[in-house]
Amino acid sequence: MTKSTENYLKAIPKDFTFGQSENDGLRLDSGRVLYPVNIRYETYGTLNKEKSNAVLIFHALTGDAHIAGKYSPSDKKVGWWDEMVGSGKPFDTDKYFIVCSNVLGGCSGSTGPTAINPISGKQYNLDFPVITINDMVQAQNRLMEHLQIDCWLSVVGGSMGGMQALAWIDNFPEKVHSVIAIATTSKLSPQSIAFDWVGREAIMNDPNWNNGDYGDNPPEQGLAIARMVGHITYLSDLSMESKFGRRLQERETYSFDFTRNFQVESYLEYQGQRFVERFDANSYLYVSRAMDYFDLSLKGDGDLTRALKHADAKFMVISFSSDWLFPPHASEEIVKALRNNNREVTYCNIESAYGHDAFLLETETLGRLISGFLKSRSEEVKNA
Amino acid sequence: MLKKAKKNLAKRQDLMIIADIIPPESKVLDLGCGNGDLIHVLKENKNIYACGVEISQDKILECVNKGVSVIHGDLNNGLSEFLDDSFDFVVLSQTIQAVQRPDKLLDDMMRVGKTSLVSFMNIGFWRARAQLFFRGKMPVTTTLPHCWYNTPNIHLATIKDFKKLCSEKQIKITKEIPFGENLNFAAQLFPNLFAPTCVFCIEKA
Repeated sequence: MTKSTENYLKAIPKDFTFGQSENDGLRLDSGRVLYPVNIRYETYGTLNKEKSNAVLIFHALTGDAHIAGKYSPSDKKVGWWDEMVGSGKPFDTDKYFIVCSNVLGGCSGSTGPTAINPISGKQYNLDFPVITINDMVQAQNRLMEHLQIDCWLSVVGGSMGGMQALAWIDNFPEKVHSVIAIATTSKLSPQSIAFDWVGREAIMNDPNWNNGDYGDNPPEQGLAIARMVGHITYLSDLSMESKFGRRLQERETYSFDFTRNFQVESYLEYQGQRFVERFDANSYLYVSRAMDYFDLSLKGDGDLTRALKHADAKFMVISFSSDWLFPPHASEEIVKALRNNNREVTYCNIESAYGHDAFLLETETLGRLISGFLKSRSEEVKNA
Repeated sequence: MLKKAKKNLAKRQDLMIIADIIPPESKVLDLGCGNGDLIHVLKENKNIYACGVEISQDKILECVNKGVSVIHGDLNNGLSEFLDDSFDFVVLSQTIQAVQRPDKLLDDMMRVGKTSLVSFMNIGFWRARAQLFFRGKMPVTTTLPHCWYNTPNIHLATIKDFKKLCSEKQIKITKEIPFGENLNFAAQLFPNLFAPTCVFCIEKA
């Protein structure tokens, strides 16, 4: 919340639980009702008297609510977008009240497959209902009501976070003044669905998976493979070439067997291992499935322009030139649909070699775009 | 920031003329809007609603910092994201010579806006003619500083050429504002020879 003497942004995890009864539960797209629901969130900065400076930021597939700062000075790691959120940073905590929550279905504090099913008294695992991006947004709306915020100055996210930003416009157009959609798409492409499928198959074919009831013996192999596949899609040909080339890892010659020889192999192995320490395999199934089901154009019978008819927020859409997972043309489709509704939109395709990961790495350019855009939106709200 | 934008604008006489023509509260599309100075000044002074299109990332960053809405795009790909008749004015200042198909871009501009304001450098200007005639070389001038092999200005035209294209396309020229550096009376009298630059207001016939 405030800067301490050690000069770090103090992050405090908070919980909001709703749905003590079925009536108050979350009605899901699948038709099922989920209750109770806990949302883990963090806030930074102060909500002003007019409640006009609140910004909701969404995390991507495997992120969490810990967007910036540290919980205690001894923490080794800062939040996942720490370069962007803080005093004097693009999401300036001296000006804005920043909210970030863990998604429904996640495994970092919000209700997901690891939560206890109130009916059975046991962990949900695969009894957890399949959720959608809309469901995530509906849960966030309950948090918004709890925080007594009427309208977000901006809703902001990259990748799956950008899908949530677009889904907010679809679900609650009157509650959003502006949208910043980064490296995202209005519908998941067949190519991305295919990668998600491979990731889930890896998990579900791990003998430890056991139909989701793996207890303390999780399908680490499968989850690590899913992460490795995912990670390849976050990089680019160019970034892999410059990061690893064909360099060998801790050896001079080929080993003439199938153990890891190349740096890129070692890197992927490391990413997979690190991931299983912090992420739940079932959660990966649910959240990736939610992405597969995302298609904003469905509201307009397949026509995105029609689906965005009521979107009268101000938009900024950002893509990255080397992102082949959510390529620039996916962003351009969103821009075109908004323009075809005569909506105000700013679009920038940032030149970058980092692939999809660029949304976490190109912080300087991204920061300049975001701080400029937010400044204009704040002035609009003040003058309204 | 506004002061600086006004100062920059004052250096471009064609933009000053265009800014004068556009009435308050207009909807303006500025193609190749650069750092957004024209839109910025018009937004503050005439409360216009505007959108820019720009190809350079650095210039987009400048636009966003000024609160100018801008779309990163290449005019060679057309204006399909814009609806028919969705703007009162479409501005194309000193850019038409750099696009691959000026004729097609004009068609799109006619579709999107009620009036288009086009300014360009007149290659029929006497200095350019003199260079070609006396020295037998492609003209290099202060407004056209590049060599033939590296110039982005691939479709240079004279004022006469542009008017001929408009007439072929049945585009109505409602205003023609040639202007020169110091021989302004000559530019008015014989624009094709004495006006290095010209602003045209054009509409669908």
